[in-house]
Amino acid sequence: MLNTADILETISMIHEENLDIRTTTMGISLLDCIDSDEKKLCDNIYNKITTYAKDLVKTGESIEKEYGIPIINKRVAVTPIALVGGHLSPDGFINVAKTLDRAAQNIGINFIGGFGALVQKGMTKADDTLLSVIPEALAETKLVCSSVNVASTKAGINMDAVARMGKIVKRAAYLTRDNGSIGCAKFVVFANAPDDNPFMAGAFHGVGEGDAVLSVGVSGPGVVSSAIKRAGDCDFQTLAEIIKKTAFKITRVGQLVALEASKRLGVPFGIVDLSLAPTPAVGDSVAHILEGMGLESCGACGTTAALALLNDAVKKGGVMASSSVGGLSGAFIPVSEDQGMIDAVSCGSLTIEKLEAMTAVCSVGLDMIVIPGDTSEDVISGIIADEISIGVANTKTTAVRVIPAYGMDVGDVVDYGGLLGHAPVIKVNNYSPAKFIARGGRIPAPIHSLKN
Amino acid sequence: MKAVITVTGQDTLGIIADVSAICSEYGANIVDISQSVMREYFAMIMLVDITTLKMPFTDFVDKMSAHGKEKGLVIQTMHEDIFNSMHRI
Repeated sequence: MLNTADILETISMIHEENLDIRTTTMGISLLDCIDSDEKKLCDNIYNKITTYAKDLVKTGESIEKEYGIPIINKRVAVTPIALVGGHLSPDGFINVAKTLDRAAQNIGINFIGGFGALVQKGMTKADDTLLSVIPEALAETKLVCSSVNVASTKAGINMDAVARMGKIVKRAAYLTRDNGSIGCAKFVVFANAPDDNPFMAGAFHGVGEGDAVLSVGVSGPGVVSSAIKRAGDCDFQTLAEIIKKTAFKITRVGQLVALEASKRLGVPFGIVDLSLAPTPAVGDSVAHILEGMGLESCGACGTTAALALLNDAVKKGGVMASSSVGGLSGAFIPVSEDQGMIDAVSCGSLTIEKLEAMTAVCSVGLDMIVIPGDTSEDVISGIIADEISIGVANTKTTAVRVIPAYGMDVGDVVDYGGLLGHAPVIKVNNYSPAKFIARGGRIPAPIHSLKN
Repeated sequence: MKAVITVTGQDTLGIIADVSAICSEYGANIVDISQSVMREYFAMIMLVDITTLKMPFTDFVDKMSAHGKEKGLVIQTMHEDIFNSMHRI
């Protein structure tokens, strides 16, 4: 017999604490679409995506209704396009981006990820060409997201690629300057990128995955926040236990939805990513969880420790709940998407340096951070190099999604609306790393990558 | 296969009767009910067997929700698996 308290708890989690499935993402391999003829390649890509994912939105909506759990986003992730582009010209790659955009609009999803490349050890001609058109592709499409993996613990850091990333980010910001430089919100630079991350903008269908896969990203910062509030002044072990148990319940919902969606769509179940992903909505903030743990404001001393406890407890609880945990799986700290973070930046308690420290213990990186529009390419590459080094040295994924909002400076606020939220411009150290970045080549892999 | 129907709102005449009638009409067999009235506030949790439902489950969900809106109540219908999966190891 079902327990009344359990039922009420579940309903309260959904309706009062913003428990939701943040995304159901179908990963689709485009390796079998490869053709030396550009038009055939684009047709193959369009047809495969619109065939495999045609019922993704509808299935999501049925599951939402039957289980009473909101599924906020339905998305598609594809093979990094540089791997299928072959000898395409720059315009050819832009056409592929437009094809992805059309396919995404046809099936009604809200983002399609994978217009990217894996260049951690070096660059092929296709990688190089794709990189050269990322800003244009992002400016000329609506739903396409791009990511580039510039480093891995095994390969080291491709600093030639890092140098280019600063230029790409600046140019994307410029080309979308009339829209708050939103192009940069659709572009991520990675170290140790996972092959199966269902969240945008960094989702892509990794090489080594099968033909298609269905993964789910759960979320529930509000649920964790409420659980901590109810716990009152307990000690750290008790706090960790509470977060663990809450993460278990949250992840179980993700597992349920993932298995159902996979069954109904006839696509193998991939993973559940149990990340706590905030939204700008009230009560859906990771920063507020940290403040609920006892910090006056997110960014205060103790924040990194609090986040480390949170991230670890989330993983421990989640792992028991799912047969297959993957993706990023931890706590997200995207500034513009978290009202608590926004407030902490506005009042001066949260700086970019503190955010960088926090990324050493949580699952994403410097995410959705708006920096002054006049920040130079070299400084941006420096920010990226720092964040990437944290990932490489700690054998974890780190990423950078910064937005040098054209024409904006510290004190301004950029508003993207919707899930991308709004953010105050954050101060950046403008001393120049230009000579460092210009050295070129590769920072070698760290010694602990030699694990054999 | 079971579903959980929760009804909350201002207490009025015939809430249980109406919801039970819809269940009966659509072939859902009521297995258990728990309800309470606190001052003028009504809350009920109903466990129903939907194996013999005469229509797709999503239609049943919509029907209940629409009835709720009509009567100024919040009626949620959810497949039992969501509760089972969250609260059982």
